[in-house]
Amino acid sequence: MSPPNDPSRRRFLKTSAIGGLTLVAGAGVGEAMAAGADNLPPNVPEWMKTLGPGVTANPYGNPSPYEKNTIRRNVPWLTATEESSINFTPLHELDGIITPSGLCFERHHGGVPDIDPEQHRLMIHGLVDRPLIFTMADLMRFPSVSRIHFLECPANGGMEWKGAQMAGVQFSHGMVHCCEWTGVKLSTLLAEAGVQKSAKWILAEGADAAAMTRSIPLAKAMDDIIVCYSQNGERIRPENGYPLRLLVPGWEGNVNIKWLRRIKVGDQPWHHREETSKYTDLMPDGKARQFTFVQEANSVITSPCPEKPLKHGKGFYEIRGLAWSGYGRIKKVDVSTDGGMNWRTAELQGPVLSRCLTRFRLPLQWDGRPMLLQSRATDDSGYVQPSIENLRKARGLNSIYHKNSIHTWRVRPDGEVENVQIA
Amino acid sequence: MFRSLKILAILLALGLALPVAAQDKPAKRFGFGTPATTEQIAGWNIDVRGPDGAGLPPGKGSVAAGEELFMAQCAACHGEFAEGAGRYPELIGGRGTLKSDDPRKTIDSYWPHGPSLYDYIYRAMPFGAPQSLTHDEVYSIVAWLLNQGDLWPADKDLDAASLKALKLPNRDGFITGGDPRPDVKPDTCMTNCRTAPPKITSDLAARLGVTPTQQKAAD
Ligand code: HEC
Repeated sequence: MSPPNDPSRRRFLKTSAIGGLTLVAGAGVGEAMAAGADNLPPNVPEWMKTLGPGVTANPYGNPSPYEKNTIRRNVPWLTATEESSINFTPLHELDGIITPSGLCFERHHGGVPDIDPEQHRLMIHGLVDRPLIFTMADLMRFPSVSRIHFLECPANGGMEWKGAQMAGVQFSHGMVHCCEWTGVKLSTLLAEAGVQKSAKWILAEGADAAAMTRSIPLAKAMDDIIVCYSQNGERIRPENGYPLRLLVPGWEGNVNIKWLRRIKVGDQPWHHREETSKYTDLMPDGKARQFTFVQEANSVITSPCPEKPLKHGKGFYEIRGLAWSGYGRIKKVDVSTDGGMNWRTAELQGPVLSRCLTRFRLPLQWDGRPMLLQSRATDDSGYVQPSIENLRKARGLNSIYHKNSIHTWRVRPDGEVENVQIA
Repeated sequence: MFRSLKILAILLALGLALPVAAQDKPAKRFGFGTPATTEQIAGWNIDVRGPDGAGLPPGKGSVAAGEELFMAQCAACHGEFAEGAGRYPELIGGRGTLKSDDPRKTIDSYWPHGPSLYDYIYRAMPFGAPQSLTHDEVYSIVAWLLNQGDLWPADKDLDAASLKALKLPNRDGFITGGDPRPDVKPDTCMTNCRTAPPKITSDLAARLGVTPTQQKAAD
């Protein structure tokens, strides 16, 4: 606290003398709120009559208490435990393309480890000339890169293969987030260790209670994988891999190993549990696709959606949504209000970045009649987001992962929005 | 800058520029990090490769010992017959269901490689106490699990060589020759795209009651 003669304190006293009564009486914010109309014009709002907390009250800021609905949510029946489980990004509450770090969906298999960065190490070994161990300080000395990328769990939408099930965009599409990631390119570290000629794959391993592992082709490792220590400008949040994680642009979330402690270089994949028993796509003939890494183009309308119905009757609304593709940049998003009979091309909000969430918008004059709202993304590789029918034709109903089909919201005359599937 | 003269010597031998000399051009190598010793690597090098069992440690285990261990450390979650308890995964059973409406993915129905089972149990199980089992204990548990799936005789010990030699039923069940996607033809139609009006095929989501409500989740 400031000493009695500190000018800032004098200033505070002077100001509060003017604000006087309210401060002393300490009329609670709650009371003022209950009064409601007291804060509306022509009245002077309560919060203009007192001083708010000063700069030391909140060394690390939080969202307004009025935004307490903007939170990650989980689906308790989905998993046996909370330590190996998932929660979902509240896409319906967010604008723009950057997901606030504290709202990024979480998927982990053994809880969030509490890692002291001083004691964290990254080991690189296997088919390398110089097996190395890096401290966090070592890693931060290397040339750094920052990239904005989406990261999506391949099970996003996976509950909907057989039918519409989740009554909300948070649950139908919330296993995706998009952040600015900063770190050192994996290729830089691999060059430091000296990758041997016979090398073709790497194994990445986490320092969590699942010691999560995935095999990744060396070509991708040498291309654009980042060993990250920062997320949205600050050190990575514990649940997103603090102090070190992989960011594998455009590829399924599970390979973006969090709490990274080890990279082993080898000449073939390891076929570990997470790339055989899980994260493989079972086809109708009983065979399963393995190493299907890319998250193909996907999109969803985030307003309106079941959580954000059309509340104001007929008239103007802006349709808003998100599109993304693991193949590259979003080139175009088409929106239909009649279940895919006719499509209009939405406006894309720049910057449109490769393998990054892209915001789209389309003005709508709603006449109050029911609508079947859809969005369809096309990326710069020419890939077009498929219908659920076509996806099922290609893969059946049992593949769990990589369900990126065109999503349908039914808007009822009362403005309520439901998750449906159409043919 | 270079912690070991040997690395420096190698650098010079390769004719690589030193970072200091390079000024603004980044060097190929920076000399950051420390060499990992054999001992350090051994402590962390726990991975076992599925197809060829590379990395399987020495040791062996029996079905009988595995049964005892499984009942004490695994059955609470995975059931006494590895059939799964509650929502915890079943580990054995469901062979022949992969083409059905309700495919069951277990060690004997889905897993392609025995050594991966060793790898996973050692690194991640029992849930909450990973890397606490000895090598012999893991071999024993794997032997018991395989025996539950009629894939291993009750009276035979399991070791690295025999686990490598074992072929799980779904060994050839995976398509590994590269990602076959995109596997859906692009449809870019903009107007009059349907021959028939859309038909709702599924609209239960609002009534199923499986979605947590906003209020509940905020509590
Ligand atoms: C406290 C409950 C619990 C105990 C005890 C437990 N497990 Fe598990 N097990 C789990 C959970 C949860 C998962 C799924 C983890 C995940 O999703 O990543 C799992 C997954 C597995 C799997 C992978 C299943 C698959 O099909 O991919 C195997 C194998 C396994 N456990 C074996 C064991 C063995 C062997 C033991 C005893 C040494 C054991 N478990 C003890 C909870 C438990």
